[in-house]
Formats: sequence, C-alpha cells, structure tokens
Amino acid sequence: MTDSIAPDLTPTQETEEVAGKSLWVDALGRLFKNSAALTSMIILTSITLAALLGPLISSHPFDEVYWDFIQAPPDFAAGHIFGTDSNGRDLFVRTLYGIQISLLVGVCATTVSLLIGVIYGAISGYMGGRTDNFMMRFVDILYSMPFMFFVILLMVYFGRNIILIFVALGAVEWLTMARIVRGQALTLKGREFVDAARAMGMTTPGIIRRHIIPNSLGPVVVYVTLTIPQVILVESFLSFLGLGVQEPMTSLGVLISEGAKQMESAPWMLLFPATILAVILFCFNFIGDGLRDALDPRDR
Amino acid sequence: MFKYTVKRLLGAIPTIFIIITVAFFLIRTAPGGPFDKERTVPPEVQANLNAVYHLDDPLWQQYVYYLKNVVQGDFGPSFQYRDYSVTELIGTGFPTSLTLGGIAILLALVLGATLGSIAALYQNSKIDYAVMATAMTGITIPNFVMAPLLTLIFGVYLSWLPVGGWGDSWNQAVLPIIALALPQIAYIARLTRGSMIEVLRSNFIRTARAKGLPHRSVITRHAMKAALLPVVSYLGPAAAAIITGSVVIEQIFGIPGIGRYFVQGALNRDYTLVMGVVIFYGTLIILFNLIVDLLYGYLDPKTRLQ
Repeated sequence: MTDSIAPDLTPTQETEEVAGKSLWVDALGRLFKNSAALTSMIILTSITLAALLGPLISSHPFDEVYWDFIQAPPDFAAGHIFGTDSNGRDLFVRTLYGIQISLLVGVCATTVSLLIGVIYGAISGYMGGRTDNFMMRFVDILYSMPFMFFVILLMVYFGRNIILIFVALGAVEWLTMARIVRGQALTLKGREFVDAARAMGMTTPGIIRRHIIPNSLGPVVVYVTLTIPQVILVESFLSFLGLGVQEPMTSLGVLISEGAKQMESAPWMLLFPATILAVILFCFNFIGDGLRDALDPRDR
Repeated sequence: MFKYTVKRLLGAIPTIFIIITVAFFLIRTAPGGPFDKERTVPPEVQANLNAVYHLDDPLWQQYVYYLKNVVQGDFGPSFQYRDYSVTELIGTGFPTSLTLGGIAILLALVLGATLGSIAALYQNSKIDYAVMATAMTGITIPNFVMAPLLTLIFGVYLSWLPVGGWGDSWNQAVLPIIALALPQIAYIARLTRGSMIEVLRSNFIRTARAKGLPHRSVITRHAMKAALLPVVSYLGPAAAAIITGSVVIEQIFGIPGIGRYFVQGALNRDYTLVMGVVIFYGTLIILFNLIVDLLYGYLDPKTRLQ
C-alpha cells in the first residue's frame, strides 16, 4: 500500500530516512555517556533492589531478637553480615528496611511537592500580572521561614506518623519547584504554539495542562532528582533527633542515631547505615547533575 | 537607600507576624495539646496558663493577648522546666548557641572563600579537583553523620580532642564547630570558585592587568571584591542552615545551647518551649536575611541604582 502512494521513495534511492530524535531520547543518550551518572544509576538500582528483595530472601526477620548475638560484630558464619544492634537484632535486614523507608519517604514526599509545585507554578506563571505577583509574594514569605522548625513543630503537635512526614516534607519542598515552573511558564506563554492554542479557543486550564506543564518538565525532572536526596536527608535528620520514624519501624536516620550512641563499643552500627546513606545521597546528586547536563547542553 | 531599607523592614514584619500566627493556631488545634481539657496538668501550671493565656476569654482575644506577650518577649512558662519561663531558657542557651554558630559561620566564610579562590586560580589542576571533590563530599554528607564520624576518628581512635562537653577548655569547641561549619565551607567554596572564574574573565580584570598591576593585587583588590558578592547573598541561607544544624550538633556533643532545649522540648511535648524557640529563631533568620540584603544593596552598586 505504501508503494502505491509513494513510488519515488524506493529503498534503493539515497533518501535514507533520518529517524527523528526527541529531546528525551537525545538527553538519555547523553546521560548514559556520563560515567558518574551511569555508575550512580547502577549502584542506586542495586541498592533499591537489595532493599526490596533482601528482606524476603534473608532468614532473619527485622525485629527478631537473637539473645546469643547482642551487639555482635559482623559475623559471616552466623549470617549476621552487618553484625547485630544492641537489642540483638540483625543489622543487615534492619538496614535494608531502613533504606526502604528512607527511599519511600523520599519518593512520596517529592511527589507531593511535585504536584503542588508544578500546578502552583504553572498557574502563577501563565496567569501573570496581579495573580502572579500575589502568588509569588506568598512563596517569598514562606521561603524566608525556618522550615525545619515548622516540620518539627508539626511532628510535636500531631504525633509522629509516617504519612504526616510525607505531607510535611512535601509541603516544605514545593517552593523551589513552583519558582522553577513559573519561570518556564513565563517564557512558554509568549511562544507561538500557545498563541495558536488560544486562537483555536482552548481554555486556560487546557492550555496549562496540555502545553505549559509538559513543556516545563525538563528542569522539573532535574529538580526532582535533587529533591529526593534532600527529603531523605530531612527525614534522617528528624529520625536522628528521635522525631521521625518510630520503633520497631526504622529508617537510615534512626539507625545512624542508634549507631552514634554505641559508636565506641560497636562502630559497625554507625558505619554501615552512615555509609549507605552517604552513597545514596551521592548517587542522587550525580544523577541530578548528569541529567542537568544532558537536558541542557548549553551549560557545559 | 533609606527608602529601600524602610521598605524591606516593613516587608519583614508580616512574615514574623505569620510565624507567630501559625504557631498560635497550631498550638490551639493540636490534639492532646497543652490546652486540651483531657490533659491533666499540675494545678499551679493550669493556673499559670489561665493567667497568661486568658483561657476563659474568646479565641480572638486570647490571640491578641498572646501577640502582645510575644511582642514584649514573653513566651510564657515552660511545661517541662517548671520553675523557668521559656524566655529565661532561651536567654540561658543563646550565648552558647551564638558563640558556636558565629564562629562556625566566620570559619565557613574565611575558609570557603579562600579554598574557592585557590581552586578558581588553578582551574582544572589537581588542586582544583581536590578542593571540588572535598566540597562535594562536604555538601553531600549531612552533619549528623559527619559529627559522629569525626568524633569516632579524632575523639575515640586518635584521642586528640574531647568528644563532648562545653566551656571547660577551648578544645572542646573544635569538633562541634568543624562539624557545623563543614557543609557551609564546602558550599561557599563551590560558590566562590564559580563566581571567581567568571570574574577573572571579565573586562575590568583585563584592564587591571593591562595597566600593570601585580597579579596579587589584581586578585585581592579587584577580583575578590566582585567574586564575593554571591557569597554575601548566600549568607542568609547559610545562617539558617547553621541554626538548623546547631540543633543536632548541640545534641550530639552535649552543648547547653538553645538547640538542645529545643530537642528536649520537642521530645517531651513542651509546647510553649518549642513554639518560643521557633518564633525566636524564625525572627532571627528573617532579621539576618534583612541585614544581608541591605549589605548586598550597599556592596553592589547595580542593585543600589534600581
């Protein structure tokens, strides 16, 4: 059928079709060439998989107390490869659970901040004028507040449950997102395709949804990869102070806090979770930097 | 300049006002909060609360009373430390926290700017890479990980420095100050390097070189001034980060500052203390931001003209 429509384009001729490369495919290619980012992605994927699958495979439940191994150093024969904590629980499985919770908090809270930030920023930037001015003043005011203290305040008042941690951290982190999206929306709304959409009678919510938001996703994706480690950090900070995740659940912050208390007699309790937290944070930062370079080649 | 100062001052007031308002209504709506009728508090505390917060009056009047008290620097009695008012507790802890934070931010500024400039001057050399790799580590590893690690290495294994305490000898301050300043040193170094590289390429540096100024004074007298501008505007967020960091550092090293009271208060649900510290530090950060903005306006003629 194609032959009859386009008889000129026979394969023998030299009009070889150039496959169109979208921005995202192009960026992904560049990202994979960045060795720091690529290594980070591999390490992060392995850590995530280990955290998800490890507890299923391991023979030690995360809350079982081994009375013969109270605060025992790493011991391969007994199967406690990270040792045990001061309650005699297997540290390896607990660390894996800690990673799960930390990553979960990171992803969920970032999603909350993404939703609020993108919608807020897109509306503010696209509407412009007085609305924009008012909405951004509000962000400015919130920006100058000591947010860590407000999150702690929330924790103190409403008890320490994990859903609240998501919401509180998400509600804190959306401000920068909103600013980024607003900046994008401001430049986008002057473009021809937005004018065309408006001329065709598209409604404002429609334009924001179909044109403004999808086209501002580049910087947003970069910022998301940089927000996740930030959120993990804040959650660990809270848990370290005893204001975050509660026993018997655990997170990397809780483990580091317990390890810091016992570091003279049981340094492995500090070193394993601390190293893993550091590795996770490094990985996200490298991926974020790599993505930024990949999506915006001018910056290099 | 005067008009700008007044405008910024007036801009800071609503922010402080919002902080106080949010804190007030949070404390009122909290389930199991201090004003919960179910909660049994000792009668003398209840009497104090009644007296201070006018609990029998309508809510808006209570709010006005509270606002009045806070403006006068009275945050009410502490729940946990019964003989103290929150204001007294903040007053006791503040000198210590100020010393710790002040030295940390000065150290961050001096060391960060120096390291960043050196990295910029030897761009793409081994020194540059070493400084930037260290900075990346300093930024990524949070201070609640860094502090125990430093203690473990320098306090426990090498026994060079004491692992905790405050005020008995000068070397007790070394580890907490380093742990607190490290992320900021790293950040300021990165910032300085970036702006220094940009400044070194600009026309006025070329002119300074062309008229025969020695390399040293081109850097210190001309380039440094311009390169440090972004660092000045970063001082506001840096102060906020130092204050937040001091909470955990004071906890780790057992330093009797505001941060430790704050954590103790948060763990024991000492509502008035927590709220008092939030308002106090919030106001402090906003005022510091204001000073930094004014300083920036003074230093950078471009913003002064606008």
